Amino acid sequence: MVSEVQKNNSAILRVERLSMKFGGLIAINDLNFEAKRGAITALIGPNGAGKTTVFNCITGFYKPTEGMLTMTRQNGEEYLLERMADFVITKKAKVARTFQNIRLFSGLTVLENLLVAQHNPLMLSSGYTILGLLGFPTYKKAAADAIEKARFWLEKINLVDRADDPAGDLPYGAQRRLEIARAMCTEPELLCLDEPAAGLNARESAELNKLLLDIRDETGTSILLIEHDMSVVMEISDHVVVLEYGTKISDGTPDSVKNDPKVIAAYLGVEDEEIVEMLEQAEAAGVDDITAAVDLMSTEAIHVIEETHPDAPAAALVATGPARPAKPAAATKQPGAKPAKTAAKATSAPAPAKVATAKPEAGNPAAAKTAATKTVTPVAPAAAKKPVAKPAAAKAPPVKAAPAKAPQASPIKAGATANALAAPRDGKADRLIDIKGIGPVNERKLNEHGIFHFDQIASWKKADVIAAEAYLAFDGRIAREDWIGQAKAMAKASQKKPVPGKSGGAK
Amino acid sequence: MADVQTSNPESNFAKAVKEGLVAAALALGLFLLIVGFRTDQNIRNELVLNQRWGLLAIFVLVAGFGRFFLTAYVTPWNAARAASKRAAVAKEAKEQSAFRKSFPRIGLALLFVYPFLVIAILAAYNGSLMGGLQGSLKYVDNFGIQILIYVMLAWGLNIVIGLAGLLDLGYVAFYAVGAYSYALLSSHFGLSFWLLLPMAGIFAALWGIVLGFPVLRLRGDYLAIVTLAFGEIIRLVLINWTVVTKGTFGISGIAKATLFGIPFTPGPGGFANLLGLPNSGVYYKVFLYYLILLLALLTAWVTIRLRRMPIGRAWEALREDEIACRSLGINTTTTKLTAFATGAMFGGFAGSFFAARQGFVSPESFVFLESAIILAIVVLGGMGSLVGIAIAAAVMIGGTELLRELEFLKHIFGNDFTPELYRMLLFGLAMIVVMVWKPRGFVGNREPSAFLHKRKLISSEFTKEGHG
Repeated sequence: MVSEVQKNNSAILRVERLSMKFGGLIAINDLNFEAKRGAITALIGPNGAGKTTVFNCITGFYKPTEGMLTMTRQNGEEYLLERMADFVITKKAKVARTFQNIRLFSGLTVLENLLVAQHNPLMLSSGYTILGLLGFPTYKKAAADAIEKARFWLEKINLVDRADDPAGDLPYGAQRRLEIARAMCTEPELLCLDEPAAGLNARESAELNKLLLDIRDETGTSILLIEHDMSVVMEISDHVVVLEYGTKISDGTPDSVKNDPKVIAAYLGVEDEEIVEMLEQAEAAGVDDITAAVDLMSTEAIHVIEETHPDAPAAALVATGPARPAKPAAATKQPGAKPAKTAAKATSAPAPAKVATAKPEAGNPAAAKTAATKTVTPVAPAAAKKPVAKPAAAKAPPVKAAPAKAPQASPIKAGATANALAAPRDGKADRLIDIKGIGPVNERKLNEHGIFHFDQIASWKKADVIAAEAYLAFDGRIAREDWIGQAKAMAKASQKKPVPGKSGGAK
Repeated sequence: MADVQTSNPESNFAKAVKEGLVAAALALGLFLLIVGFRTDQNIRNELVLNQRWGLLAIFVLVAGFGRFFLTAYVTPWNAARAASKRAAVAKEAKEQSAFRKSFPRIGLALLFVYPFLVIAILAAYNGSLMGGLQGSLKYVDNFGIQILIYVMLAWGLNIVIGLAGLLDLGYVAFYAVGAYSYALLSSHFGLSFWLLLPMAGIFAALWGIVLGFPVLRLRGDYLAIVTLAFGEIIRLVLINWTVVTKGTFGISGIAKATLFGIPFTPGPGGFANLLGLPNSGVYYKVFLYYLILLLALLTAWVTIRLRRMPIGRAWEALREDEIACRSLGINTTTTKLTAFATGAMFGGFAGSFFAARQGFVSPESFVFLESAIILAIVVLGGMGSLVGIAIAAAVMIGGTELLRELEFLKHIFGNDFTPELYRMLLFGLAMIVVMVWKPRGFVGNREPSAFLHKRKLISSEFTKEGHG
């Protein structure tokens, strides 16, 4: 998407193809973004998204596994941050940072904290201590200047009165401000703030906003900040980058990001497999660009997908949760939908719908009934138990029991996600043991629980995985061995052949 | 609580009597068989049961009265003291008394007149100048010089531990480097003390850097262990490299220091002869006293100056938070190395002085115990505080020297009792007492290196000890 960032003088920091791996854990995966000069760029994302890791890479505390971090200073000098030691980054490339858990020198006074930050220029003027030790006037003057500069920042952060108190004695909000002032005393061109508003009350965070805007406007320092407090992010940032699981999911102005469904999904917690699935559906719809796929998430686009790809449960995805019976997406989205259309929707849950329409002869007890009722009956009990219904899921923790109150609203939904089959399609099950990690015993167990085909496993959601792990007595293995991914590949391979009876389409 | 206890002393007294009786009864039960009876073998190899009622009585009485005094007097006194302290704290922020403020100055003046004061007092006591001179030898040498050497060593170690927060258990190695560099270079090349004094410092500083490099990545316990090992390595090299160091025999006959070329020898050309003073060994001791005093003051002056330099602030910042230091562009590697080198340099100075004073060095003088004593002085005095460390050195070293003087102890414990042998025991006891009483040492407060409005002391609860 932004893989070839143009050389741009307006960018103070360019992050290109940044990856950071800790052993097997991928904390940041191929991240690209840039911070504009003289702007406030916010880096947001859910907990564990890798924001602080990005900071640690930028400020040299971690050496990135891959990628390039280019810092362009005002005077045109370029520094490749990934090659520099942490303290050199502050000293030469002029990047300063604060920490998520405040790291002040608590035993030094507030003033001393700010003087330590001016170590390098003072060191130079004291002739690397020797001239200063002998009492040369250059150092005396530099020391006085340093104190003046510290006073300037103390006035900015309203702490002049407490200049001679130990930093550890300050209240929390003041410590946060002091840490920012201390970072500013290194005269940075890029200031990296790691959650500056964490733990501040509303008034303090308003003050912080003012301080940051002041810093940007008066000193021209560019700011890169991590923040969870949306009031801060939305109010002051010029540009927002959203991370989730180490990947950038959105990038733009605060407003555009705020309305980005992917961001909403990331924050409100749509399960990630569904996003992957959604993207795949979008891909299948002929949209190969992921950003375009994100755009497609607007309602109209979903209709398009629905129309062209009835199999795609896109609508279900966008309506905040998958198949929440109390709020069936199809029902709300398309109040005027014809019954035929809803029936078609039923097919969007590939498996059971197929049972219903394509294989009445499959020995299903409900097979004798009409297609429409068929969709409802075999699955309804499951739906009563759990929205992401399949018989196996009935074993899932009872937390999901709430939707049971509205079973009547969700026959389609229930059908849409329940992917347990009473019997294999065409009477012939896929060889599940082809999936690495599934042995004959597990295959038998899976079959007992109505899982016969790769595409069933492929369409598993988090809740399904939990349920399956419950009866397989596995713990985390499904995710670890990527059954879903494997199953998807295999399902795709088998789908190359036309599946008979996949006829309940919209056309 | 305190009020309740002090307002009704009657009930308190009764309670104390009761507790004392209980404690005595408990002690009786406990010690009856352990202390009260003792089996000995007689000449025919038979076991004889001795009854020791007197000793048992002493045990029981000590327990009973101890408990009584504790409950009746110590506890209420403590409580009252704590209450008054709280009240005082609430009344006003700690305002230093005039004595405490001017203490360093008074102490310094006393240190400068100390030898003459001793000579004058002893001369008056003995009725002759000669008697005063000879009598003062012990006080100038054993007390004055000995304590000042440790003051200087502790001030040097204070740079590494107190300021930079790097726990160094092998500090005596630098002392040894200084001593041996003077001993070897003066006996082989005949170089003078005044040339070798700075050289010894430089050598020690180099060794400080040599030690510093491998331990840069270590923190806390690991750093302590490696520095400890370094100290032992130096000592073992001194023992085993017999060709150069003469091993355990040590190097003797080291040249004495001179005052601008004037030797302190009896006879023509000597110091006493030139000034027309009666011959005495005390002039050299007084000279050495002022030498080590000036060296120690140099250490203090450099430490005070360095604390106001960016490097000193960086050391203290390093002690507080190393990661934050790096985020501010401070090169922690060179910062640590300079701390090691500076501390080691003063150790080297002290070492070369030690060699000149003793005229003899051997590896015996540089055992781990010395490092431990220096460290103990720094910790007792309060890390980072020069005055506190000086007091701690006076108490610890002066105290052990004083033990030799306590002749009356022989009358109590018998003639074969040698109090010096118990000095380590007392040393340890004193440390425990001080650490319970003042966990951050005599002077735990930190003085800021710069101020905007008013210099306020920083309470020890905010400063960190560093973690390597």
